[in-house]
Amino acid sequence: MADMGDCIIELRGITKNFDDQQVLRGIDLNIYENQFLTLLGPSGCGKTTILRIIAGFEEPSKGELLFNGIDIAKVPPYKREINTVFQKYALFPFLNVYDNVAFGLNIKKVDKSVIHQKVQKMLSLVGLDGFEKRDVTLLSGGQQQRVAIARALVNEPKVLLLDEPLSALDAKLRKEMQGELKKIQQEVGITFIFVTHDQEEALSMSDTVVVMNDGKIQQIGTPVDIYNEPENRFVADFIGESNIIEGNMIRDCLVKFDGYEFECVDKGFKENEEIEVVLRPEDIEIVAPEQANLVGEIISSVFKGVHYELIVKTAQREYKIHTTDIHEVGKKVGMVLDKEDIHVMYKMDY
Amino acid sequence: MRHFKSLIRPYLVWSFLLIIIPLLLIVLYSVTTGGNSLLNIQFTLDNFKKIADPIYRQVFLRSLKIGLITTLICLLLGYTLAYVISGFRERTQTTLILFVTIPMWINTLLRTYAWISLLSDNGVINSFLNRLGIGRMSIMYTDFAVILGMVCDLLPFMVIPIHTALAKMDKSLIEASYDLGANRRQTFWKVTFKLSIPGVINGLTMVFLLSISTFVIPKLLGGGQYVLIGNLIEKQFISVGDWNFGSAISLILAVAILIMIWATKKIDTSEGGER
Repeated sequence: MADMGDCIIELRGITKNFDDQQVLRGIDLNIYENQFLTLLGPSGCGKTTILRIIAGFEEPSKGELLFNGIDIAKVPPYKREINTVFQKYALFPFLNVYDNVAFGLNIKKVDKSVIHQKVQKMLSLVGLDGFEKRDVTLLSGGQQQRVAIARALVNEPKVLLLDEPLSALDAKLRKEMQGELKKIQQEVGITFIFVTHDQEEALSMSDTVVVMNDGKIQQIGTPVDIYNEPENRFVADFIGESNIIEGNMIRDCLVKFDGYEFECVDKGFKENEEIEVVLRPEDIEIVAPEQANLVGEIISSVFKGVHYELIVKTAQREYKIHTTDIHEVGKKVGMVLDKEDIHVMYKMDY
Repeated sequence: MRHFKSLIRPYLVWSFLLIIIPLLLIVLYSVTTGGNSLLNIQFTLDNFKKIADPIYRQVFLRSLKIGLITTLICLLLGYTLAYVISGFRERTQTTLILFVTIPMWINTLLRTYAWISLLSDNGVINSFLNRLGIGRMSIMYTDFAVILGMVCDLLPFMVIPIHTALAKMDKSLIEASYDLGANRRQTFWKVTFKLSIPGVINGLTMVFLLSISTFVIPKLLGGGQYVLIGNLIEKQFISVGDWNFGSAISLILAVAILIMIWATKKIDTSEGGER
């Protein structure tokens, strides 16, 4: 995790209504210097609206947006030290690569020789040396992406906003750009706020992930926290695959579900509180039926490349299990859980 | 798709009979003498020489002047109108564009007569001014009246192509411009206007074409003494009966227009090509 400095952007009770629809329902969020923060959630969860409010394209209906402690909610976008990489890049089709990147500096009437130096430096940072005179409309998606990043970063913003910038690229290029974006962020040492609906992208690049749904923040944490300690059913379900089981907390470190008690490591719940348990498919170990409490029959086995995905049917439910071993369909098996692998969450109100 | 291609044939025959042949006839008339009869023709270039006469040169220059002023006013008004319209939400835009085109549903002649009843010495405007004690003034039969009539007549031809260009523009480019530090004015000139140039060129071409060849408006609002190229051509065919001279003027006008279209297209592509 990168060294994070002071809080640079602070959202306080931000709400946003479009007509009579509320798309943000009270967002509180601190964003720090030099942080790679990802807003993650399904489409329509409000993540892009947060980005557009920070950029200045939307005004919050209520709440404060602080930039270095000053409320900028009503400051127009062209007066903010924030730049954006747009989802479809939004490169100016009538300008070549060089002039696209130089646009912001030309507006600020920076000295031509300084512009030249900065644009060249930025183009080489994104790996586009020698592309100065190219027509941006004839570049590949990945190259346009790089021009868009260079065009934003050349203005030396304090914060870079990225609105699903990788969604238009093919799978292989997307992987490549993920690594590169992270590298660029570390090199320029500024805050990146990244919006995506792709959990893998979020987990592999971010310092902090903000999981959103329905205009509300569901959980803020490091990728590891978000994956291993989801706070509620939505997060568990959205991030990775999971078995979500309703149960009761007997007392600290003892949970009961599907008729059996299991040791776990979670504390701080009320006695007998109704909770939900997350079991990651790769954490369930398959053993002989007599060695386990939970027993069931394998009803399907699908090869997924690295692992097999098994569905085991018990008296109460079906469990999803990922394993590298081959198991026959129809076989009776037992399932064992380590206490660290049982993640207890508060039950969500619906 | 292939068997649909034969459907174009009636159209080809049609356009040959009604466009190509008449055009060839105009070319033929322009280089001959002998009036309307094609039986005793003689080839000559006298019809073209006649145009060099200062009287006719005056008419050409006046037409050019009126055409350019009309086009320029249409550009300023039309761009503003198109820009304002494109700021509304999509459904409102459709309605507003409909309002812009409604005058076109009514015959030009009727619309021009309406202007006469407004502008004439005993018309609506003058009676109103008289009531206010300002006194009457002559509006009819001036450049002002002709240009006013032409601007009102031709404005939709400017608004529609510019609005189309503005409406289909990628709005994220405007946001990108703001994002990169350009204020509203800078964004308009550096992004919005540049993206609308193809629409502007289409509008300019259409309005200029129509304004330089019109004859109804100058005839009615400019009066009998007010002669533009369109009126000159009309006179040769209707009252003077010199079809040969009329054809020569038409041909020169057509060629001049073709050159202008070619030139604007050239500017258009070089604007788009400076990458």
